[in-house]
Formats: sequence, structure tokens, C-alpha cells
Amino acid sequence: MNPKEVLLNPLFNNNPIGLQMLGICSALAVTTKMSVALVMCIALTTVTAFSNLFISLIRNQIPSSVRIIVQMAIIASLVIVVDQVLGAVAYDISKQLSVFVGLIITNCIVMGRAEAFAMQNPPGLSFIDGIGNGLGYSVVLMIVATIREFFGSGSLFGIEVMPLVTNGGWYSSMGLMLLPPSAFFIIGLLIWVLREWKTDQVEEVEFEIGGHTALSRI
Amino acid sequence: MVEYYLSLFVRAVFIENMALVFFLGMCTFIAISKKIETAMGLGIAVVVVQTITVPVNNLIYQFLLAEGALAWAGLSEVDLSFLGFLSYIGVIAAIVQILEMFLDKYVPVLYNALGVFLPLITVNCAILGGSLFMVNRDYNFPESVVYGFGSGVGWAIAIVVLAGIREKMKYSNVPEGLRGLGITFITVGLMSLGFMSFGGISL
Repeated sequence: MNPKEVLLNPLFNNNPIGLQMLGICSALAVTTKMSVALVMCIALTTVTAFSNLFISLIRNQIPSSVRIIVQMAIIASLVIVVDQVLGAVAYDISKQLSVFVGLIITNCIVMGRAEAFAMQNPPGLSFIDGIGNGLGYSVVLMIVATIREFFGSGSLFGIEVMPLVTNGGWYSSMGLMLLPPSAFFIIGLLIWVLREWKTDQVEEVEFEIGGHTALSRI
Repeated sequence: MVEYYLSLFVRAVFIENMALVFFLGMCTFIAISKKIETAMGLGIAVVVVQTITVPVNNLIYQFLLAEGALAWAGLSEVDLSFLGFLSYIGVIAAIVQILEMFLDKYVPVLYNALGVFLPLITVNCAILGGSLFMVNRDYNFPESVVYGFGSGVGWAIAIVVLAGIREKMKYSNVPEGLRGLGITFITVGLMSLGFMSFGGISL
């Protein structure tokens, strides 16, 4: 595998959220504002990249029976570092992220890539894989956050683009966009778009539907 | 008094539903909701683990990690709260492991029913999320017991309902690209919309 493939594949061909079904939890909760989502993306990409690197470095020393605990300990320590840095550098945003920084520990992307990639591959490649998957996650997160913030509050990165009615403008905001359900709809539709484009990702039918019996008799 | 705990419970189950309002445990929520039976097994396992881990983490936070919590050992200025994440996840992993061994030895029937799901629970965000919310909101010990149980029950209800819908949905003709994951997301969105209506209730 060459590094470029490892880096770019997770963006669309093997997207962690769209195809691997990993890391969905936080993708939904932190996307009402773009700035918050961006910080979350950076935090997650950093943690995934470094956890992949460190786990890959010691992959030959970890006994397989306790590997989950070892991985957890490494990931949790990295998340503590990220959390402390965020608290020092971007205090307001870290308050808005509340428990979701901590939940990076149980974000399946980090664990999933550690288990599936870093345990078998050399450190350099694992590091790149971590960044690639972090970016794949970031792409989806930023698209969702852009849609939600643009239609929900008429702004991008907190800068007003469409003046709201409440501020004397013309745009009356879609309240639904700021509520949790909209995130599900947007991700569902995004997956639809992605699969219309990359048709090999379409899932098999579980149950074939026969022709319309009443019509076929005519 | 009873009323207070009851409203805390109802709030944890419906208004602040772990899965549909806070999106926690989504990965397992979507991956393991194809059949009602397995969803039920996982749901029960989550309730059990959540009811144990949240109170245990509460004790650890109150007596070891919080600022000034080590006063009983004469170290009243020590603040270990930065070790929180590491200890909570350690506690969760350990409790899941102990529970697994305990069930294997003494309640083999339950072990066979839950067996596959127990290891999965360690990496379920709903469990860690429960502990983190408990710390965030400063619950005391009895509150944390009620909250742990309630949030587990809420998650279990949500996954069983989704599994029911998905069992019916496999007979419907879904557009190609939306099949599977896509339509599941939209279903969950509609369920979440339904649960939003509980939001207006003030307890």
C-alpha cells in the first residue's frame, strides 16, 4: 500500500462514517456550530493519528489478551492531553464541547483503526492512516455543520451571512436545523448522495420484493 | 423526596434520552439493531452495566478525584480531576470484565444470553457518557444510581423500538443508495423528532 492511498482512501472510498459505520456519536452532537465542529475534528484527528502511531510502535510487545486495555490506556492518556490543551487554549469552545471531548476515548474510529490497522502495520503508515481517517470524519462533520449553521442561524463560523428576522434582516431561521433530528436526516441524505456517486457502496437487498400481483394479472 | 427521584428517572429515560437526544452509543445502536431479540439482549446488558458503573464512578469521583476529595487522607489541596477519563474508562473495562466472569460462573443462563454483548459495552459511548454527565452535573450518590438506571433504560427502549421498525422495514422497497445505513439514519431522525416532544415537559 502506498502512503497516498492510505491517506486519501478514507475520504470518500472508505469513509469512516459513511461506510465503516464508525464514530457516529459525536458526528451528530457537535455540529450545530462550525467552529465547535472544527475544534472537534482537529482533536479527533490528532488523537487518531497519535494513538495509531504509539500503538503501532509497541504492537509487537502487546500480548493479544490484554491489547484492548493497553489501547484504551494509550487513547485515554492522549485524550487527557487534548482536553487539557483545549481547556488552556480555547476555553469557551471546550465548555461547549462538554463531555464530547472525553467521549473521543470511546469513539469507534480511534479504537477501530487501532485494532484494524495499527496492530498490523509499521508506525509511519499507521500515522498516515490515522490522519486519513480523521480527515474522512472531518469532511462529513464539516459538511453537516455547514448546512446546520447556515440554515439554522444564517451564519458561517459565527459570521452572519443571511441577516436574521430577529436582528432586523430578512431570513427567518429554520429552528429544526438546530435540533438533534436534523443531524440524522442530513447524514442519511449525505450517505444517499455518496452512494449514488460511488455505486459499489450500495448495500445488498435482504428481501426481494416481487412484482405487483394485482397488476401482473391484467 | 420520592417525587424528586421519580422525576429524575423520567427525565433520564425520555427527555434526555441517551441515544435519541444526545446521540450516545450510536455506533452499536445502528450496528446491532437488525433483530429485536439481539437488541433486547444488548439493551438489558447496557442497563445492568450502566446501573453499576455510574454509581461506582460517582464514588471514585467524590472520594478520590474531585478537588479537595482527598481531604480524608490529609491531602486537601490535591486535585486529581484531570485523571478522570483514564479512571472512568478503567473502571468500566474492569466492571465489564468482572461481570462477565461472575455471570459465567454463577448465572450461566444470563451469560449465554448476554455473552456476546458484554465486551462490546466497554466501547459504548453511552456508558462513558453516563459517567461524564454524572460528573458534569454534580450528582450525589443516590441521584447517580437513579440516573444510571434511567439512562440505561432509555437507551434500551430506543434500541428495541428501532429494531422493531427495522424488522418491518426490510420488506419495503427503499431507493438503492438509501438502502441500509441511509434509511436507518432517517428513521432514527424521525424517532428523535418524536422524542423531542417530551422536551416540553417540565418536571
